[in-house]
Amino acid sequence: MKKMKKTTRTDLFTYLGVTVAFVAVFLLQSAGVLSNSLSGQLVPICCFIVMAVSLNLVVGISGELSLGHAGFMSVGAFAGIIAAASFTTTIPNGVIRLIVSILVGACCAGVAGVLIGIPVLRLRGDYLAIVTLAFGQIIKDLINCLLVGHDSAGLHILFNHNGLLTMNDLHMNETGVAIIKGAQGAVGITKLSTFPAGYILVMLTLVIVLNLIRSRTGRAIMAIRDNRIAAESVGLNVTKYRMIAFVTASAMAGAAGALYGLNYGVLVSSRFDFNTSILVLVYVVLGGLGNIWGSIIGATVLYILPEILRGFADYRMLVYAIVLILVMIGTNNPTIKNFIGRLLPKKKEGGAVA
Amino acid sequence: MEFISYLISGVTLGSVYAIIALGYTMVYGIAKMLNFAHGDVIMVGGYVCYIALNSLGLPALVAVLVAMAACTLLGILIEGLAYKPLRQAASLAVLITAIGVSYFLQNAAQLIWGANPKSFSSVVHFELPEKITELGFSSEAIATILLCVIIMVALTLFVAHSKTGKAMRACSEDKGAAQLMGINVNRTISTTFAIGSALAAIAGVLLCSTYPVLQPTTGSMPGIKAFTAAVFGGIGSIPGAFIGGLLLGIIESLSKAYISSSLANTIVFAVLILVLLIKPTGLLGKPIREKV
Repeated sequence: MKKMKKTTRTDLFTYLGVTVAFVAVFLLQSAGVLSNSLSGQLVPICCFIVMAVSLNLVVGISGELSLGHAGFMSVGAFAGIIAAASFTTTIPNGVIRLIVSILVGACCAGVAGVLIGIPVLRLRGDYLAIVTLAFGQIIKDLINCLLVGHDSAGLHILFNHNGLLTMNDLHMNETGVAIIKGAQGAVGITKLSTFPAGYILVMLTLVIVLNLIRSRTGRAIMAIRDNRIAAESVGLNVTKYRMIAFVTASAMAGAAGALYGLNYGVLVSSRFDFNTSILVLVYVVLGGLGNIWGSIIGATVLYILPEILRGFADYRMLVYAIVLILVMIGTNNPTIKNFIGRLLPKKKEGGAVA
Repeated sequence: MEFISYLISGVTLGSVYAIIALGYTMVYGIAKMLNFAHGDVIMVGGYVCYIALNSLGLPALVAVLVAMAACTLLGILIEGLAYKPLRQAASLAVLITAIGVSYFLQNAAQLIWGANPKSFSSVVHFELPEKITELGFSSEAIATILLCVIIMVALTLFVAHSKTGKAMRACSEDKGAAQLMGINVNRTISTTFAIGSALAAIAGVLLCSTYPVLQPTTGSMPGIKAFTAAVFGGIGSIPGAFIGGLLLGIIESLSKAYISSSLANTIVFAVLILVLLIKPTGLLGKPIREKV
């Protein structure tokens, strides 16, 4: 162990920690110790861990504030749902169908990431943030106008821009099944997602992101974050590396979306609105920017926190808000930080970037 | 004739956006932070005015003043408790805190006033000559547009000529240098928040007079739209916020009428993206210069 690089060791511990947590939770669940509401949240937690880790790649590693990450999740979710529904007869095996759907979701979100990245990455700072926010809203509205059905002849897709069309306008034959009904969202989804599938997706995301960060490409991305002009002057292609980070993160958000979408019977696109993007951003910032470990813990703890606060009934979101503000002030105010630092026993200074 | 009435409703909506956007833009200009809680201050303004009108039975003008006073106080309080400790922190930390404040205000409003929508009765009462109403003007529309223009002009004059206004501009240029010149930076920032919040109260009352549904989430969508408007016009610029707000309202109203009501938001945001691609700092924003 001693000869390993410090980063390699951290990465191995990350994989190990996630695996141990998965095995423990899986055993608890099989033993029936977990409450129903908690076991129902295992898949969403995995999805949001993937979301947080991928957003961390954009915000923490690449240094661009994105406020529309849920938009990519939405693209992935609905693409995955359409794929799962259309392959029902071709691929009867649920596990393979789930894998194919997640791949389709990731690809569609990746393509969306390229399309959005080209204009967005020309901007900087807060302007970039507002444009990603705008894209998140646009994606939500566009999906709200989609009518999709599937029958023996294949997929039928209509864009219901004026709100006058109905499912009958798809002209499906008698084998037709409605998949997305405009603003009512996707209906009749077969639940394919499982907790082990969620675990595998989390592990895959970690392998991709951690290897990307440690690679030459990752170092280039971080160099651009730290000083764009200096990075450019040593010959790094700024747009290319920013694109790599952005598109990778979008594709992973799409995969998470597909897994999330196939976990419910009904799904509306407003589930992936601005608030969801913000929620994921909160996980990332509270977990620590650029710290992959932090994103995993941040997503898990903050996803479960409202559940734990259920005892406060109506006050739970209020308490959540206060906790959020206090944590931000406690971790960022120099006076309070020094005060807490003096109370705690002296620690070795650790690097901020995992 | 139809076109004119759509245009008027667009200008009315745009004026409300412009008033909210002025608050965003002033706070951004001076504190360099995206105050996501601004939209929720609008909602609080609406509720305070509603209570003052319906439960306390105050006359309309007094109710509006009460709402303004309450929001000003709230703005100063939020700034002092949540944002001031983070003056030196990274902008993302402040952003998340602002989101926390936004959650807090929405949920507090839900606890105090309930989640059910309240129907807000308009505070604007005056008779208009028939010729004007025929065009599609309502008294709310006239009041909103007039107030917006007055506020815009007053703010521009205030920032350009008053001592506090000059202090604000100095702080937004360079906080350190402003402090060395004897300007109380903290107090200037608090004043900016106070003005922005008072404007938010006015915007809330006007918004609820035109669209009479009041609930804890009333402020969030107009908040996001106004933020878009501020960026559209060039964030940090007062005339920019005004123009951005008006344009956004007109585009939204016309696309609702002629293209598609469900895609109105999409069109608004698409125009924003186009504008930013052509002018990356908005219509009237100053170009960012980078020093090596």
